[in-house]
Amino acid sequence: MKKIINNPETVVQDSLRGFAAAHADLVEVHFDPDYVVRAQPLPPGTVAVVSGGGSGHEPLHAGFVGTGMLAAACPGAVFTSPTPDQIHAATMAVNAGAGVLYLVKNYTGDVLNFETAAELAAAEGVEVASVVIDDDVAVQDSLYTAGRRGVGGTVLIEKIVGAAAERGDDLAACAELARRVNSQVRSMGMALTSCVVPHVGRPTFELGDDEMEIGIGIHGEPGRERLPVEAADQIVARLLEPILADLPFTEGDRTLLFVNGMGGTPLIELYLAYGIAERFLAERGIQVHRRLVGNYITSLEMQGMSITLLRLDDELISLWDAPVHTPALRWGV
Amino acid sequence: MAIDADALRRAIDAYADVVAEQRDYLVDLDRAIGDADHGVNLDRGMRAAREAAASGSTPAEVLKGVATALISKVGGAAGPLYGTAFLRAATAVTGKQTLEATDVVAALRAARDGIVARGKAELGDKTMVDAWTPAVEAAEQAAQQGATVAQILAAAADAAEQGMRDTIPMVARKGRASYLGERSAGHQDPGATSTAFLLRTLADRAAAECPAP
Ligand SMILES: Nc1ncnc2c1ncn2[C@@H]1O[C@H](COP(=O)(O)OP(=O)(O)O)[C@@H](O)[C@H]1O
Ligand SMILES: [Mg+2]
Repeated sequence: MKKIINNPETVVQDSLRGFAAAHADLVEVHFDPDYVVRAQPLPPGTVAVVSGGGSGHEPLHAGFVGTGMLAAACPGAVFTSPTPDQIHAATMAVNAGAGVLYLVKNYTGDVLNFETAAELAAAEGVEVASVVIDDDVAVQDSLYTAGRRGVGGTVLIEKIVGAAAERGDDLAACAELARRVNSQVRSMGMALTSCVVPHVGRPTFELGDDEMEIGIGIHGEPGRERLPVEAADQIVARLLEPILADLPFTEGDRTLLFVNGMGGTPLIELYLAYGIAERFLAERGIQVHRRLVGNYITSLEMQGMSITLLRLDDELISLWDAPVHTPALRWGV
Repeated sequence: MAIDADALRRAIDAYADVVAEQRDYLVDLDRAIGDADHGVNLDRGMRAAREAAASGSTPAEVLKGVATALISKVGGAAGPLYGTAFLRAATAVTGKQTLEATDVVAALRAARDGIVARGKAELGDKTMVDAWTPAVEAAEQAAQQGATVAQILAAAADAAEQGMRDTIPMVARKGRASYLGERSAGHQDPGATSTAFLLRTLADRAAAECPAP
């Protein structure tokens, strides 16, 4: 393993210290328990949108703390959900009297830890609503399983719901919006290499030089299928076809197309894939009205990408366009 | 002979040692069908639990300290699940100075019920429940036949180990391993394994604390 670290045991906190120093104008980082809040407190009466999850997906979630997006983020150990005491401390720190909305990616650990935190908050009279994000079409959904994972759609939901909270929507409206966006967004990812968890020191899974893994999650979980590496045209089609079929997206739909890097794939390849994806959609009469390309929800140094497609309407477009000022997303300010 | 707070503390200590020794093995199991963190998570939690267990004058207080440490230090799926298990076990034996056979069975049953209530996994879903449920059943059966605390825990440990091995061919329906679908078959579940280690450690400690007459 080669990484720019001092000590595998303290990677998360060491990185958070640098993050705090780099973005002191936007965020404040608390330690023990670890959480990140905005440098400027929320206006009173504003819903606080809080998210969190394992570390190793940077800039998600701490990079999205700031005006127009999250009020707080709770980073767990690498690929491990945060604990209830972190989430609870963040909740109490950012509650501005209008309640707190948890945006939770659908992993058993995240769901259970946020559930416990919500019970703690309720015991102290803070109103909490939770929305579970599950946009990954690689996982078959069923009542009898853990269900689909929350992946790329999370970034879009945090942006859109953050904008709604900023304009003054109440807790119920923010939660309803989060559920609505979740119902309109689908994602699928692939990997060319595994990632190396710092305190493990070895790749989470082995992939041959000529192999790719389709349907990966964001924790180095192996995917559903292992195939020989193909050209970008085929890879993009393998991700987009199940996405289109699942919602389903149909001719005339207006969409936001998000091509996300897993951390180790250069932008030159992401833009290449983006171009193919937009053409693929155009050929099917699906219009791309908004786009996002880059590394926003990553899996350490994994090479690979995910594609996320969100069906838009006028309201979602205006919330997407609303000003945002965070370490990782910034426009309109 | 029964188990008092000090004996329980020694058992928690022993389990923390086992988890530290088995950390990499548990990580390897989780690497195959999860995200390679189960051993690391549990080791972090048991180091905190060892400290938390240092105080507490009744078995319930020791168990509650462990629960709180696990809930706040482990994270992931295993943190709330094991945390709930220890919390429910503590509640089941509140007020007792020592744990007799019936208390041990009640604590095990409460722990298992807590895990099922939180995680909603059923037998055969390839989770720690596949070790806990046979263990509780074996403990109940042993107690009905008048077994000692040490014998009850030994029966539970045997059943948990069998349950752990039985997870190998299963296709996961809960937890991270479920994302793999059919590809999860052929691997032993990490949480069922750490559960078998826990019950084996408790059994070994009980045998050492309460030698057969
Ligand atoms: N719903 C559930 N009910 C019971 N046990 C579960 C459930 N989900 C996961 N587990 C257990 O948790 C273990 C994984 O723990 P861990 O790796 O620490 O958490 P994570 O899956 O969040 O990374 C699994 O091996 C399984 O035994
Ligand atoms: Mg794990």
